[in-house]
Amino acid sequence: MNPFVIHTGLVAPLDRVNVDTDAIIPKQFLKRIERSGFGQFLFYEWRFNVDGSPIDSFILNTPAYKDSTVLLARNNFGCGSSREHAPWALLDYGFRCVIAPSFADIFYNNCFKNGILPIKLSEEQVDELFLRTQSRENYELTIDLEQQVVRDSDGLSYPFEVDPYRRYCLLNGLDDIGITLQYEDKIAAYEANR
Amino acid sequence: MKPRTMFEKIWDNHVIHEEAGKPSLLYIDLHLVHEVTSPQAFEGLRLAGRKVRRPELTFATMDHNVPTADRFNIKDPISRQQMETLTDNCREFGITLADLNSPDQGIVHVIGPELGLTHPGKTIVCGDSHTSTHGAFGALAFGIGTSEVEHVLATQCLPQLKPKTMEVRVNGDLPFGVSAKDLILAIIAKYGTDFATGYVVEYTGEAIRKLTMEERMTVCNMTIEGGARAGLIAPDQTTFDYLQGRRYVPQGEDFLAAVEAWKELCTDEGATYDTCVEIDAAAIEPQVTWGTSPGMGTNITSTVPDPEAFETTAQRKAAQDALAYMDLAPGTPMSEIKIDRVFIGSCTNGRIEDLRKAAEVAKGRKVSPSVHAMVVPGSQAVKQLAEQEGLHLIFQEAGFDWRESGCSMCLAMNPDILSEGERCASTSNRNFEGRQGRGGRTHLVSPEMAAAAAIAGRFVDVREWKRESASEEVFQ
Repeated sequence: MNPFVIHTGLVAPLDRVNVDTDAIIPKQFLKRIERSGFGQFLFYEWRFNVDGSPIDSFILNTPAYKDSTVLLARNNFGCGSSREHAPWALLDYGFRCVIAPSFADIFYNNCFKNGILPIKLSEEQVDELFLRTQSRENYELTIDLEQQVVRDSDGLSYPFEVDPYRRYCLLNGLDDIGITLQYEDKIAAYEANR
Repeated sequence: MKPRTMFEKIWDNHVIHEEAGKPSLLYIDLHLVHEVTSPQAFEGLRLAGRKVRRPELTFATMDHNVPTADRFNIKDPISRQQMETLTDNCREFGITLADLNSPDQGIVHVIGPELGLTHPGKTIVCGDSHTSTHGAFGALAFGIGTSEVEHVLATQCLPQLKPKTMEVRVNGDLPFGVSAKDLILAIIAKYGTDFATGYVVEYTGEAIRKLTMEERMTVCNMTIEGGARAGLIAPDQTTFDYLQGRRYVPQGEDFLAAVEAWKELCTDEGATYDTCVEIDAAAIEPQVTWGTSPGMGTNITSTVPDPEAFETTAQRKAAQDALAYMDLAPGTPMSEIKIDRVFIGSCTNGRIEDLRKAAEVAKGRKVSPSVHAMVVPGSQAVKQLAEQEGLHLIFQEAGFDWRESGCSMCLAMNPDILSEGERCASTSNRNFEGRQGRGGRTHLVSPEMAAAAAIAGRFVDVREWKRESASEEVFQ
């Protein structure tokens, strides 16, 4: 997993509540047995017509947001299916960070396993970011996980909370299976008494 | 000792290692595996040179991709490859697999309880959000992503942050003709799709105690649609009666000992939850969803809401988007909404009792000529039992398509899929845009409501039909 320390990138606003993982990566693309290559299918049914041509009105098809790496979203982002294909698709497409007022649990957790930082900000702060994204060209945010702060070049600075252990793993790009296996003695002892 | 909730007891029983500022390491008693969320996990094991730590605590089946008409004729080569990959992985790593040839095959959350793999007090995970189903037995059961599937395969453990606890107390009795599906849909409609995010919900109250195991599974199944990490219902005699004699349940003396241990799991008197909500069961009516999120639902006697009536800008916009997608006008009575398709099945409502209830409504009636309706049993065992009881004949005579077991049109990964613009009454769990097929429009309902809609060609208040048949029986 790639570590996440500090990241500056273009922000794409996705102004919908309850964006579910079926929308992020529709089921017809879950049949692959690889972890890679899902970015082309991200938000597929919002991005493409039935004939495969792009839907111009969708935010990621707007040329200005083509190279965005930070996704700005609304409440309960990532709800529904547990499919980790959702963060795989976001990452493969180029997103390193999703900002929203709230996330569904499984999706939130899956992000950290894949080097994506999901950030919870208040609804007011998210509203302000939507306003700035939509009213300025090439609006960028810098996300500093070490300092736990989101900043823009106009002096905006929003601190955010993140579980310290998840932060530690993301900063260092740690494989947590390896960490668990350090407790082999304890696992074996538990199993002996089960 | 401080009084504890059921969740705390199960949690404490499974903590292997705790350290301030870190997630707790939990032992996992049962890991259920299916073909869609596991291939990358097995590949991860191979790349790291790891084995499956406890293959005997792991059980696999194939359900998501399975065709339900001609199950051995898998035309989609990528679906076939995914299923073959599961077969190869189970063989390589020594995991029991209920494949298409097995009488045990079925939707993973239907077969776990059916085979008796699901017990009170267990920790159960699966790479599937509807793992919450197993909470109906008083097991701590939750969905995980593929990285965590790999983690459990390799270590039989999972690092977890401790969720908070919520009591959802359902007072009183569910009225005549109102089902467990209506109860959970009404709860989500009232409190929203994220009311339980970060919580494990324990359902309590008289209405819950009176539910059968299959009804409890319906409630816990859809608890994830309220955002919860898991749903829990304390085990009682109903639970023990369901489990007794099933294949993977202890037998004889061992069963009696297990029951004594399971009884200890219930929440202690005086234990407190982080938050509580109370519901009056008597006020619940049959539900139909009108939108593209499971929380967008209402009573069958009500109308499609006006987006302007919602409180916040975000809610108004969500309702507008949903009605545009669903092609519904505000103020339309729910009972005037016409449908094209009916799907009875899924891990929410694909069990034998669900099929019995739907068959009761379908018996002696005919599916509307404008509707295509199908019944997809949740497992081969459900199918076999239904056929022993003659339910398939009732459905077939009424004009329903009787299918083989699988997830089917709940998520439409197999050939069972809605066409653009088709409207479906579905007993499944999600009415998301495109969930049952691109441009397809899903209305979530109970099995009884789905069967009645198939016959009427539109939504109807199934209570009226039930009252009629009840009074006919009295006069006969």
